[in-house]
Amino acid sequence: MPAALCPGAAAQTLRVTPEVAVEARLFPESPQFDDQLETLQPSLILTGDLRWTSKERHTRILFEPFVRLDGQDNERTYGDIREASVTRRFGEWDLLLGVTQVFWGVAESRNIVDVINQFDTVEDFDQGEKLGQPAIRVGRRTDIGRFQAYYLPFFREQILPGRDGRLRINPLVDTDNADFERDGKQWAGDFALRYTNTVGKFDIGLHGFYGTSRNPQLVFDKNTNSFTPFYQERTQGGADIQYTDGPWLLKLESAGANVGGDSFLSSVVGFEYTFFGVRGSSIDVGLIGEYLYDDREGSDVPVTTFENDAFAGTRITFNDTQDTEVLAGAIVDTKTGGLIGSLEFQRRLGANMLVEVEGRFFDASNDPLVQPFDQDSHLTIRLTRYF
Amino acid sequence: MKQFTPILVLILALFGKTPGVLAQTAEALISDDPKVRGYAIAERNDRTDAGFGSSSVELTMTLADPRGRETTRELRIDTLEKEGAGNGDWSVTRFFSPPDVEGTALLSQARILESDNQWLYLPALRRTKRISSSNKSGPFVGSEFAFEDLTANELGKYEYIYLGTETLEDGTEVDKLQCTPRYDRSGYTKLHCLFDTTTFQARRLEFFDRGGNLLKTLDLLDYRQYESGYYRSHRQVMQNHLTGKSTTLVFGDFDFGVDLDRRDFEPAALEAF
Repeated sequence: MPAALCPGAAAQTLRVTPEVAVEARLFPESPQFDDQLETLQPSLILTGDLRWTSKERHTRILFEPFVRLDGQDNERTYGDIREASVTRRFGEWDLLLGVTQVFWGVAESRNIVDVINQFDTVEDFDQGEKLGQPAIRVGRRTDIGRFQAYYLPFFREQILPGRDGRLRINPLVDTDNADFERDGKQWAGDFALRYTNTVGKFDIGLHGFYGTSRNPQLVFDKNTNSFTPFYQERTQGGADIQYTDGPWLLKLESAGANVGGDSFLSSVVGFEYTFFGVRGSSIDVGLIGEYLYDDREGSDVPVTTFENDAFAGTRITFNDTQDTEVLAGAIVDTKTGGLIGSLEFQRRLGANMLVEVEGRFFDASNDPLVQPFDQDSHLTIRLTRYF
Repeated sequence: MKQFTPILVLILALFGKTPGVLAQTAEALISDDPKVRGYAIAERNDRTDAGFGSSSVELTMTLADPRGRETTRELRIDTLEKEGAGNGDWSVTRFFSPPDVEGTALLSQARILESDNQWLYLPALRRTKRISSSNKSGPFVGSEFAFEDLTANELGKYEYIYLGTETLEDGTEVDKLQCTPRYDRSGYTKLHCLFDTTTFQARRLEFFDRGGNLLKTLDLLDYRQYESGYYRSHRQVMQNHLTGKSTTLVFGDFDFGVDLDRRDFEPAALEAF
C-alpha cells in the first residue's frame, strides 16, 4: 500500500510508493558475438515514486529514482532520475522545473513525434522506457488549446548494452566518446513548442523542435574497432492526430526533420478497433494496424529500420479484479522481411504484487538492421512488489 | 435522472430545469398518466442537486466474490456540473490504489444521448489517450458497476413510467419508476428506480438484463445532507444476482468548496496532478 497521508479531499497529499522488482531474462539461442551472455540475465530493480500535491492542487512535486543491478552486463547496472520536478499552476499559466518525462503522440507501434526524452535503450528494446530529461516548461491553457514552450538545458546520451550484453551491435558502440555537431555538446540546449487541442472527435497535436537529435549516427572508428555515436543538429516539425468514433480510433503521426543536411519525412498511420465484451464476457479485444513510412536517404543521417513497415497487434483487456492484460504485436519490414515480434502479459497478484511476462522475437531475414539481434529472441519475467 | 449510481450522485446536470416548469411539475406529480408522473418524480430528484457547482470526494471500492475474497481500490472523483442542453457533467476519476495503477485517471465529458468523450491517463508512460466510450455495458475496473452506471447519467437519458408507491424493508416510502435507457448500446432493457418520497433521493436501483431478468441491485445507503442542502449517499452496495459478486463503495466527506474549474476537466489536466 502507498503510504498515504490524506486526511481529506482538500488537504495536501503525500504519497510514497517504493517498488522492488526481480527480473529474469532468458535467451534460448546461443549468442552471435564474442563475450555475450549465454542464457540467463537476472536483475534487481529498485524504484518507486514520491508525489506531493498542495492543498489547492496548484503545486505538485514528483520524484522517481530508478536503479537497476544487472547480474550479467555492467553497462546495464545503472541509475537514473526518471523524474524530479516541481509543477506550479498560476491560473491559466503553468511552470515545470526539473527532470521530467514527456509523451507526445497517438500511435502504438512507434511515436515519431515523441522527441523530448532520450529512450532508455538498455532497459527495453522497444521505446517504452525513457531517461529523465532536465527541462524548463512554460504552459498556457486557452480556449483554443494548450500551448507549451520547452527549454532543455542538458542532453541525455543513449546508454547501450555493454560487451557482455545481448541486444547490441558488433563491433560495440563506444558510448564514452560521443561526438556532437553543435557547440556546447551536451549543454548546447534544445527548444521545443507544443500545441494540443480537442476539436469534436479530433485530438490534435502540433510540435516544433530545434536541438540535438536523440538518435545518433554511428560512425565506425578503425583505430578502436568500435562505433562512435555522433549526435547531430536536428530541426523538426510535425503533427499527431487521432479521430475517435465509436469503437474506432484512427491515428496519424507525421514529422518532417532536417538532420545532417538531409530533409526527410517520417509517418505512422493506423487504426485501433475494439470489440467490447467479446461473446458476452467482460473481455475486450482491440485490433491495431499501423503502417510506418520514412523517406530518409542521405548517408549522413541516423539509420532507421522503419522505412516501409507494417505493424499488426492486439490488446486484450480482461476487466477483472486483477487487471489482467495481454498485448501482442509484430512489425514487419515490407522490403527486407525483417520481423520483430512482441508479447506482453501482466496481472496483479494479491494487492501489492505485479507479475509481467514479456517475449521478444527477432527474425532478421534480409534486414541488416535486425541481423545483430537475430539470435536475441528472449523472454522476460518480472515480479514487482509495491510497498 | 441523477443519483442512479454512486458517481451519478456527483454527476448531474441542470439540464431541463427552469422555474416556469415548477407549477406544472406539482400537477404532474399526481398525474394519472404514469409517464407524466414518472418523469415528474425523476425530475424532482434531479432538481434537488441543481447548482452544486463542483465537488470532490475520496472513496473506497471493495470488490467481493461469493467466496468472500475481497479486493480494494481507493479513488477520488472530481465533478464539475455542466449547464446546457446536450451536456452532461464532467468528471475526473483518479486511482490511488492498488499501487500498480496509482495515478491512473479517467476523464469523462458526458453527453445525453451521444457517446461521452473519455480520456485515460497512464502515469507510467505519461500518456493521455482518448479512448472509445462505446463500452457502455462493460465492467468498470473489474467491479459490478458498468461504465453506463458510472458515467454521468442525466434526466434525458431515460424514459420513465410510474409503477407505484412501495415501502422498503427499513420502512422508507418510495416511488417506484420503470426507467428505460434511450441511449445506444445499453446492457439493460430497463431499470426499476426507487425514490424516497420525503427526501426525493434514489434509494434502490434494480437492473434488468437483455433477457429481461433481474441482473443487479444497487442500494444507496447512509444519506447525509450537507450545509449547502445537497444529499449524498455515503455507502452504496451493488449486488450481482447472476454471479454472487458484489461491489461496495464507501465515501468520505464530499467537498463542495474545492477550487475546480473547467480547465481541470480538460485532457491536458490529467497529467498535471
